[in-house]
Amino acid sequence: MAYNFKEEMNKPERFAGGHRLCAGCGAGVMARNVLRAIDEDDNIAIVNATGCLQAATFSYPYITWEDSWIHSAFENAGATCGGMEAAYRALEKRGKVKEKYKFLAFGGDGGSYDIGFQSLSGAMERNHDMVYICYDNEAYMNTGIQRSSSTSRFTDTTTTPAGSVVPGKPQNKKNLTEIMVAHSIPYVGQTTFLANMKDLNEKTKKAVYTEGPAFLNVLAPCTRGWRYDMADLLDITKAAVETCFWPLFEVENGKYKLTYEPKKKLPIEEYLRPQGRFKHMFKKGNEWMIEEFQKEVDLKWEMLLKKCE
Amino acid sequence: MRQLGDGINAKVTWKEITLAGIVTDGGKSKDFETGDWRNSKPVWLAENCKQCLICTAFCPDSSIPVKDKKRVDFEYKHCKGCGICEKVCPFNAIEMKGEEE
Amino acid sequence: MGIKDRLSGNEATAMAMKSMNMDVMAAFPITPSTEIPEQFSQYVANGLTDTVFVPVESEHSAMSACIGSQAAGARSCTATSSNGLALMHEMLHIASAMRLPITMACITRAITGPINIHNDHSDAMSSRDCGWIQIHAEDVQEAYDNYIMSVRIAEHKKVLLPVMICQDGFITSHAVENVELLEEEDIRSFVGFYEPDYYLLNPELKVAMGPYDPPTYLMEHKRQQAEAMIDSLDVIKEIYDEFGKLTGRYYDLIETYKIEDAERIIILLGSSAGTAKIVVDELRSKGEKVGIIKIRSYRPFPGKLIREALKSPKVVAVLDKAEGLSSIGGPVYSDVCAALNGNAGFKIVNYIYGIGGRDVRTDDIHEVFADLQDDIDGKESKAKTAANYRYLALRE
Repeated sequence: MAYNFKEEMNKPERFAGGHRLCAGCGAGVMARNVLRAIDEDDNIAIVNATGCLQAATFSYPYITWEDSWIHSAFENAGATCGGMEAAYRALEKRGKVKEKYKFLAFGGDGGSYDIGFQSLSGAMERNHDMVYICYDNEAYMNTGIQRSSSTSRFTDTTTTPAGSVVPGKPQNKKNLTEIMVAHSIPYVGQTTFLANMKDLNEKTKKAVYTEGPAFLNVLAPCTRGWRYDMADLLDITKAAVETCFWPLFEVENGKYKLTYEPKKKLPIEEYLRPQGRFKHMFKKGNEWMIEEFQKEVDLKWEMLLKKCE
Repeated sequence: MRQLGDGINAKVTWKEITLAGIVTDGGKSKDFETGDWRNSKPVWLAENCKQCLICTAFCPDSSIPVKDKKRVDFEYKHCKGCGICEKVCPFNAIEMKGEEE
Repeated sequence: MGIKDRLSGNEATAMAMKSMNMDVMAAFPITPSTEIPEQFSQYVANGLTDTVFVPVESEHSAMSACIGSQAAGARSCTATSSNGLALMHEMLHIASAMRLPITMACITRAITGPINIHNDHSDAMSSRDCGWIQIHAEDVQEAYDNYIMSVRIAEHKKVLLPVMICQDGFITSHAVENVELLEEEDIRSFVGFYEPDYYLLNPELKVAMGPYDPPTYLMEHKRQQAEAMIDSLDVIKEIYDEFGKLTGRYYDLIETYKIEDAERIIILLGSSAGTAKIVVDELRSKGEKVGIIKIRSYRPFPGKLIREALKSPKVVAVLDKAEGLSSIGGPVYSDVCAALNGNAGFKIVNYIYGIGGRDVRTDDIHEVFADLQDDIDGKESKAKTAANYRYLALRE
């Protein structure tokens, strides 16, 4: 069915207000729009890894989520969700659960790229019928903006401060989406927020309604950690896409597809400039950092284009 | 089964508090006011609004309700005043104003 | 009617899990518990059970999957040992705080440092403050019976706590013994179905589990959890009695052996109790007043029962199969002292023994009783000591 934005927006809210995410938080926008893609009559059960999203959405007794929801720890959303899905298979077989359920796990880049990486990999490999959604904000935001393996090179974080000797994070960003593709699971999608949320909505639908494990990586900016004006969320995600820093693509049963190709690939400065975490890269004498960053973006983009041919 | 989580406050004793912190029925954060975090306030200029609904999709705080495929006025109880809605609106139908105005 | 068979502790445990028709098992192999998931997956492969078996990639994920599964409404179990239990440590606290009645076979083994695959209790003892009920078996029959009873204890509405069913690695887990098994239908009617009040897969009543608990509430939640552990003392006895009526095998939270008039008493848990009973019989035949107390339920700790059992000994030895590394002795010793509340009126000594599979022979138990006689006689102790506690079978 063709995407109908107004129909999607007309669905009842599954993510209530009154949570304690920061003003302008990308994780809140991510959660609302992922949930909006699910058919309103469908039952879902959600696992949330420890992180901003978890801490802000269930501070006892104020639960934000309208569906059944569980948090147990930081590094185990994959395994917890897998256990839940195994329970569903057992109870359905034994006639104790009659309704259909879909299973979603949410984790930040800390809970997905790093501490929860093994648990995520295990759950995907074991073929649980579930969707793992990583909301990637490129650092450990809940503990105060420390670097993660998802943090880009040169980024100024509280554990990779840009100093006079070390220019921010020394290492490149890990590509978790590609690692998930390497698990040979039925569906992997990479997306972020664009005006009518079509890309995110359609990828979520595919992820949820494809049988078997699926992985969704959503770039979800953090105004505090990235140091941009909180109203500028859409400008930042657009720049991430238009510079090809965060390409929109999906892999269905091994087949790569670009879901959006910029008409004119913008220089990486368009993405870096508005963000305080990259400010040092624009100082005189640091031009090489921007060049290096651009090279890395170009390399990854070319590799992706080849896969999408 | 009994519903859990209503009426929990700082006076609840260990005998009354819900088992393992379980809360039922979802959505209870609606009772928690986050509108008082706001420094500036979005104001809906209905006459400019074309009902494109982009603002409501981009609100992190579920503060722009939709009824019959149309947005209605802001729910200020949870709006933290981030200003994303004003910024994403293509039609200048939202204006951020100081709280005191 | 019971079925006579010859099984190892691991086989009997896997058999109990199958007979109870658990909904989900999630496990990762680790010596010496590996046979349990192996045997269980063989049952699954041969269609002897339709339990969903989840072969996770680590013990941390085994406990995490059990948490997800039990919270979803499924009766869930796992098995582990040693470092596997240590890797689960974080999730053990969370499982009990979430009040999820998961059951786990813990085949006790030394925790690495350095690596050693043999039995001691350093794994179970390191988990003693995790809020799990912890039951220890002396032999295969107990390991089997304990597992079946534990499912009922865990799921009792006054308890709702996970249970760790411990047996000594290799000594019990791999020793083939005569056992009496229950008919599957008897087991199933004994354990019944898992019917939680709150579970994730209930479309009629959605639940949220695992909040951020601010200082306003966490202390009340912990007190509530503590009450469940306290209440479990009576619940365990109640379920033991019900099981006794079904099988003729009656248990209690402690087992006393010839302590009525005993002047020298050893307190210990696990397989060494069997060795100690032989020594007691030998010494009793010579007219010596000796006895033992075997702790079956280590958590909850049956302090009152132990206090009442220790009527008028002259000296008591508490044996710990874990070096508490505390500078004041092992964990069971600490608990026994706490139970007596400083009012013992007799001397209590502590021995660390059997570390990393060090043999526990009848001679060793004889040595303890002989030491205790020296203590009574006011002779200088020949025991090997560190600070205020003693070692058994340590080379000096």
